[in-house]
Amino acid sequence: MLLGILGMNSLDCTPATNSLIRSEADSQRTLYPYVTGTSVVGIKYKDGILLAADMGGSYGSTLRYKSVERLKPVGKHSLIGASGEISDFQEIMRYLDDLILSDNMWDDGNSLGPKEVHNYLTRVMYNRRNKFNPLWNSLVLGGVKNGQKYLGTVNMIGVHYEDNHVATGFGNHLALPLLRDEWHENLTFEEGVILLEKCMRVLLYRDRSAVNKLQVLFSLCGIHTSRLLGNCCTV
Amino acid sequence: MIREAMEMPPKGGFSFDLCKRNDMLVKKGLKEPSFLKTGTTIVGLIFKDGVILGADTRATEGPIVADKNCEKIHYMAPNIYCCGAGTAADTEAVTGTHNFCSLSRCNQHVPFYFICLFSANFILQWLFLDMVSSQLKLHRYHTGRESRVVTALSLLKSHLFSYQGYVSAALVLGGVDVTGPHLHTIYPHGSTDTLPFATMGSGSLAAMAVFESKYREGLTRDEGVKLVSEAICSGIFNDLGSGSNVDICVITQGEKEYLRNHMLPNPRTYISEKGYSFSKKTEVLRTKITPLREMVEVIEGGDAMEE
Repeated sequence: MLLGILGMNSLDCTPATNSLIRSEADSQRTLYPYVTGTSVVGIKYKDGILLAADMGGSYGSTLRYKSVERLKPVGKHSLIGASGEISDFQEIMRYLDDLILSDNMWDDGNSLGPKEVHNYLTRVMYNRRNKFNPLWNSLVLGGVKNGQKYLGTVNMIGVHYEDNHVATGFGNHLALPLLRDEWHENLTFEEGVILLEKCMRVLLYRDRSAVNKLQVLFSLCGIHTSRLLGNCCTV
Repeated sequence: MIREAMEMPPKGGFSFDLCKRNDMLVKKGLKEPSFLKTGTTIVGLIFKDGVILGADTRATEGPIVADKNCEKIHYMAPNIYCCGAGTAADTEAVTGTHNFCSLSRCNQHVPFYFICLFSANFILQWLFLDMVSSQLKLHRYHTGRESRVVTALSLLKSHLFSYQGYVSAALVLGGVDVTGPHLHTIYPHGSTDTLPFATMGSGSLAAMAVFESKYREGLTRDEGVKLVSEAICSGIFNDLGSGSNVDICVITQGEKEYLRNHMLPNPRTYISEKGYSFSKKTEVLRTKITPLREMVEVIEGGDAMEE
């Protein structure tokens, strides 16, 4: 009898029995995303950084939330944009708030710049992935500190890099070709916004989870805080 | 008696023997070489006077570039051309001789049994587009009229549907006939779309991004060629499965222009100035040229075909 049961365990682990055995452990880690945001697009322009994302939160194939702010300022110098699981983004914002708070508590006149925040996020994402419990996001991190512009990205497996133009999700396939063609070093603010709007329009045409309500943030050289440009509806 | 029956040629249609063998091999642990939607960017657009088709020229077998300059724009009829993605794109000569050179190229990189896997699909593709262009020609002789794009479309889609997606050809079909310019896309399962601009293949998103931002109705010929080149270049530079050069075909009422290698944005950058010198050559002792067949003039008599 005992042998029989042992035999069943080793040879006959059907998916059904497996899920019964493993289900407790599985509830402790992220397996798949539920409420997701689609692409984020970011570029460097002459005076700083521009980020754009739409304001949709999809629940599978339903468009559940239509006013999700997926772009947020971080500290005095940086902006973050996230695609993927919204709850994990909210968790990341809590980590970042703690980080900025501890930094402010030093009260030494220094503040964390975008490069530092990007590195912090990279470590967080990579370590979570190593524990098989990832934060299911692709993040875009940009900002200006001491006149230096910085734009980088990190995704759920910890792959990170910085560039003059970045995009997540579908933006990689649809927006990056346009950005690679038309980006140049001395884009003015207006030109940058037009370029981002062009990318978001193509994404609206061809990405099924895109919505027609945009959020655009910019970060300027020499100005400490970043401002919300506005929520605009496009047709 | 039984032996004779076994040696009879198959009656036609798809022989599924190799599929059974492939299943058996996979069960024994063989990893199948994947040939998903293989590297290609193909596009088409309708402009003021007709249709412009464009394609890149890279043919891939898995991670290897098999052909750096293959032809993906295939002839269907004098006024109809078809771009092919999927395994169709790996062939150089679909309209004419079955090119076994590309099979032998496989030998260097891929073990023999893989070739059988490829060849089953390749041969299908060659036969397929070749077959449809022959059917169109017969139809032209029968009716005495220029072929219409919707005829080619119906032939292609019914063929693909009957193979339930196993003939993995994704096509962009374009042409100009008496009813005007037409552009269609055909998917491997047999569904079709009629569109003013279309892209297919792994580079389709990169090319579509360019089209969606720059296309408008009533483009002139030069603007259309420029836009198609831009879209193909977007696919070439942003998609790993596409590369090399840009082929373009412009079809208007009564005429077509096949611009093979219209753009070469990936030239060989380093060429040795010294050139290559080979030390020992084979000596030519004697040259003799024998013509195999004399050219004979045939004078056409008879009546012209009735309308």
